[in-house]
Amino acid sequence: MTFLKNRLVWPVAMLALLLLCALIFSDGFFDIRIQDGHLFGTPINILRASAPLVLVAVGMTLVISTGGIDLSVGSVMAVSGAMACLIIGDLANQNSVGGVTLAVVAAIALSLVLGLWNGFLVAVLGIQPIIATLILMVAGRGLAQLITSGQIINVQSSPYKVIGTGFVLGLPVSVLIAVAVLVIAALLTRRTALGLLLESVGGSPVASRLAGIQARRLTIMVYVVSAACAGIAGLIYSSNVSSADGNNAGNLIELDAILAVVIGGTALTGGRFSLAGTALGAILIATLDTTAQAVGIPPETTLVFKAVVVVVLCLAQSPAFRARLFRRPAARPAARAEVPA
Amino acid sequence: MGEPPAVLEMTGIRKIFPGVVALDGVDFRLLPGEIHALMGENGAGKSTLIKVLTGVYGIDGGEIRLSGRDVRFTGPLQAQQAGVSTVYQEVNLCANLSVAENIFIGRQPRRFGRIRWAEMRRRSADLLARLDLDVDVTAPLNTYSLAVQQMVAIARAIDIDAKVLILDEPTSSLDASEVAQLFAIMRRLRDAGVAILFVSHFLDQIYEVADRITVLRNGALIGEYRTSELPQVELVGKMIGKELATLEQLESRPRDSTEQLERGEPLLRAEGLGREGAIAPFTLAIHAGEVVGLAGLLGSGRTELARLLFGADKADSGHIEMGGKPVAMRSPRAAMAHGIAFSSENRRTEGLIGELSVRENIILALQAARGWTRPIARRRQDDLVAKYIKALQIRPDNPEIPVRNLSGGNQQKVLLARWLITEPKLLIIDEPTRGIDVGAKAEIQRLVAELSTGGMAVLFVSAELEEVLRLSHKIEVLRDRRLVEELENTGDVDADRVMHIIASGATS
Amino acid sequence: MIDVSTTPATNKSGPAAGRRRTYRPNAQYIPVLATLTLLIVMYTLGAVNYENFTHPSVILNLFTDNAFLMVVAVGMTFVILTGGIDLSVGAVIALTSTVAATLLQAGWPAGVVIPTVLLVGGVLGLGMGAVIHFFKVEPFIATLAGMFLARGVALLIDQNSIPITNGFWTGLAEARIVFEPGVYISAMALVALAVVAVAAVVLAWSRFGRNVYAIGGNADSALLMGLPVGRTRIGVYTLSGFCAALGGLIYSITTTSGYAGHGTGTELDAIAAVVIGGVLLTGGSGYVLGTVLGVLVLGMINTIVNFQSLNSWWARMAIGVLLFAFIVLQRLVTRRAK
Ligand SMILES: Nc1ncnc2c1ncn2[C@@H]1O[C@H](COP(=O)(O)OP(=O)(O)OP(=O)(O)O)[C@@H](O)[C@H]1O
Ligand SMILES: [Mg+2]
Repeated sequence: MTFLKNRLVWPVAMLALLLLCALIFSDGFFDIRIQDGHLFGTPINILRASAPLVLVAVGMTLVISTGGIDLSVGSVMAVSGAMACLIIGDLANQNSVGGVTLAVVAAIALSLVLGLWNGFLVAVLGIQPIIATLILMVAGRGLAQLITSGQIINVQSSPYKVIGTGFVLGLPVSVLIAVAVLVIAALLTRRTALGLLLESVGGSPVASRLAGIQARRLTIMVYVVSAACAGIAGLIYSSNVSSADGNNAGNLIELDAILAVVIGGTALTGGRFSLAGTALGAILIATLDTTAQAVGIPPETTLVFKAVVVVVLCLAQSPAFRARLFRRPAARPAARAEVPA
Repeated sequence: MGEPPAVLEMTGIRKIFPGVVALDGVDFRLLPGEIHALMGENGAGKSTLIKVLTGVYGIDGGEIRLSGRDVRFTGPLQAQQAGVSTVYQEVNLCANLSVAENIFIGRQPRRFGRIRWAEMRRRSADLLARLDLDVDVTAPLNTYSLAVQQMVAIARAIDIDAKVLILDEPTSSLDASEVAQLFAIMRRLRDAGVAILFVSHFLDQIYEVADRITVLRNGALIGEYRTSELPQVELVGKMIGKELATLEQLESRPRDSTEQLERGEPLLRAEGLGREGAIAPFTLAIHAGEVVGLAGLLGSGRTELARLLFGADKADSGHIEMGGKPVAMRSPRAAMAHGIAFSSENRRTEGLIGELSVRENIILALQAARGWTRPIARRRQDDLVAKYIKALQIRPDNPEIPVRNLSGGNQQKVLLARWLITEPKLLIIDEPTRGIDVGAKAEIQRLVAELSTGGMAVLFVSAELEEVLRLSHKIEVLRDRRLVEELENTGDVDADRVMHIIASGATS
Repeated sequence: MIDVSTTPATNKSGPAAGRRRTYRPNAQYIPVLATLTLLIVMYTLGAVNYENFTHPSVILNLFTDNAFLMVVAVGMTFVILTGGIDLSVGAVIALTSTVAATLLQAGWPAGVVIPTVLLVGGVLGLGMGAVIHFFKVEPFIATLAGMFLARGVALLIDQNSIPITNGFWTGLAEARIVFEPGVYISAMALVALAVVAVAAVVLAWSRFGRNVYAIGGNADSALLMGLPVGRTRIGVYTLSGFCAALGGLIYSITTTSGYAGHGTGTELDAIAAVVIGGVLLTGGSGYVLGTVLGVLVLGMINTIVNFQSLNSWWARMAIGVLLFAFIVLQRLVTRRAK
């Protein structure tokens, strides 16, 4: 029974269950075809759909590990996509690789600045993270629309399209990017002492300062990383649709990202974090949406479906719930207090 | 013998935490109108027994009878309603609320369902006056020192009309005079028929108030004794499981204080260093290999002085020199770069990261000093940690369990280990032996003496004057947030003389 | 600080020292006072820059337009004071307005619909509170699930906006106290103010209210002190669900419609209002009055943006910038005062 205590068992089980449902209720769900040397099929689509979420959730994990939260990720996605499309739209030759590279670099650089801004508000001015990032969440969408002058900018750039829809060695580029970022983040936190110091800051900022940890610098850093991840995710999103849409890009993704982080076993109060768990959580959420479509659940029911899955999952992950459910009658007799008068 | 029937009877209590059997078939009984000491080393299971009784933890076996009836509390609320009032180890109050509220919350005086604030404030002030404590009861609790908070917790517990009063290490952060007040009240309650369970690591205190003693070791019951029939040496022997010839074996003076220290250039010199509201400007020199003791009452500015030297608070006057050169102690990090280490008295909020493992907590400061890009190799971590777990006898000795699952005393040792592995030039330790059992305390004192012989300077802050006298070359006496006197600890300095200076403020 | 010296030492009670000479507000009121001051500054700036800004209707409309938000934010205040959060409130507005509209359309009398709808909100809150307390699920996640559920059910009931024609509803929508033509306060604003008053009394004068603060200060300690932590915690979520349902009713009355898209983003507005009002998200510190000021700040920002008549993206930027300016100023004021 000890494996049941591992929090990640439950998301994996839930994922398996979802895929099983999909297998039963929808034909050809697991068909993976090779077409022009590329992989296609619903499982690949799930991975592609989860790429932006994985990216955002990885950054979010680091922020949450320090006890913070970043609500602005969706807006940063919008800004980054808008920036890239603006530059590409102005190129004489939209297919020039150099121009697109410039656009991508500029978009990510802008995201970094936005992250620095969040970090400054939280770490230097000491504003509560939820409010500090709420500012950018509101203003960021305005900024994105400002960049695109309120229009949806469409671009016709094949190099830019590669980011969201291209393939390398038969694998989708967006998935490769997400995996790369995940691996880099994992190496950076677990092969150096970064992970420990972040967990320490999240566990107790006061004690961390007295132990000589530069909590402020680390805090700024995680917001910058989070914005960078969101920026890349924004590029994938915008490249996918070949346009910049300041209103819809990354809408509500912050909630899904936070959900993914928590499902992955990281507490919102900060401290211990698990990047692998986060990735799993993100894939689970993406699968949820895709499967709901695949098995023919009407769109208006999807939210209720999602709510049920989240509740079941969280209860399964809760040791307190399992204790109540599987309580052996002999182990804890008389839970009621018998208070003498 | 005509003993009255026990108010509280616990039989065959078992409590298992993952990986640890914290209590193994423990019997315990408490008679009305007695003060009963529960003794044992750090991690023996004292606090666990108390928490099992009041329903904080469920039990895995055994029976609890209160006034002859089987009970099984689901939480402290039920225990309190049944007449068991408890002060848990470490202060467990709400620091954001006022002193008065902390005393009365949950049982505020009301009229028509409305809380009567004025009456509540008046009654708390009265209650605290009985403990000889004169504080503004409307101020939030977090504006007061740990000792005042501890007294507030005691005030709350004794005001609850209870037949069983449990005090888990209430004296660990108190001075002699507060302890005396507390004991007077405990005796009064005992005479009124209240059964009191008392935990402390101070043998003198036990022998002063306790009628009977129950000894635990490693979660098992060793025995129940009358205090008058159990000599101190035997008690210690039962606690640590070794026969001792004399107590002096433990409490030997670890350093020959008459020996003079060769002082060269000071390692650190604070010149007119001060911070408004915390400590008046002071001048202090610490030499390599020297143990400097800080003596003074609670709130005399001991901790504040230490924090300034470490850069934990910013000084608003004066400066610090190290090796003759002025240095800026802008942050703890800067101080660490100059070889200063500081172990806070408040291990739970300013020291340990509860969720992280023992190993991670121990290497934290060293790792922070190196920066995140240069991780300490896992092999080296394990070696270092194993060495200090052994040296400080940290129990359980598994470095991978979360530090919050350790008993209070063992947590203190982990914090000490964190700073020792940074091999500082100046080690500032604030109340390092608080809540530590007799054996380990002697061990720590020996360690301090050893370190200073090895050339480390130590600033030793402790409420226990005896300890300061035993260890220090030089004693700095504080009073009312001011450094009033510096004493060479030669043979003629004793506790009375220091107490006199503290009380009169006179520079003799 | 403890009196043991032979001579009566001066200045034993540190925090009280120096209080008599200069007026020093209690540190806990500083954030609220800072919000109030900045609100006045903002109003003055508006008055200087825009014509008609000083018209009394500007302030009264602030209350009328934000009545639902005020009620929701009051519930949120309780939750945040315990150190929790409730993301479901916006969705509960959607659900309750949809349910109310559907039931009214089906011909149910208003006197039955109102209690039913309030019950729905309360029960949902109760459920979330129970899950949070008994199963130790994070409030953020439990209420996020509640948000999905509430909005999902609203969508299941009806995906379109449902108009309300019930006489009682339209009557309430028009009910107001008119001071002079164009200057009035709506009945819904009065309801909101009544909720605020009750909440303030409960928080300051009842055991439940004080337990809320204690749990926010330190839940573990509160438990060890023998406070009814479970009951209180479940209570605040129930209360928040109830307030959200009431907010939903007010919303359905002022818009005379029920719609699954109502209240989108209201949870964030409510959280922002609470935090701007000086409540700490970690719990244990803050006042309902602060929340009211927070709601007014958000309303004032919107009013200024309206007066400036900006297009939608500039408006968003402006809201962000004003929010930023406000929060930073508040932070600086609070820091200095402490
Ligand atoms: N919540 C917990 N989870 C796991 N182990 C625990 C927990 N609480 C205590 N323990 C373990 O139970 C044992 C008994 O601890 P307890 O706190 O009762 O010791 P104690 O006698 O009070 O010691 P001290 O004098 O240091 O306070 C220790 O080995 C400790 O590590
Ligand atoms: Mg203990």
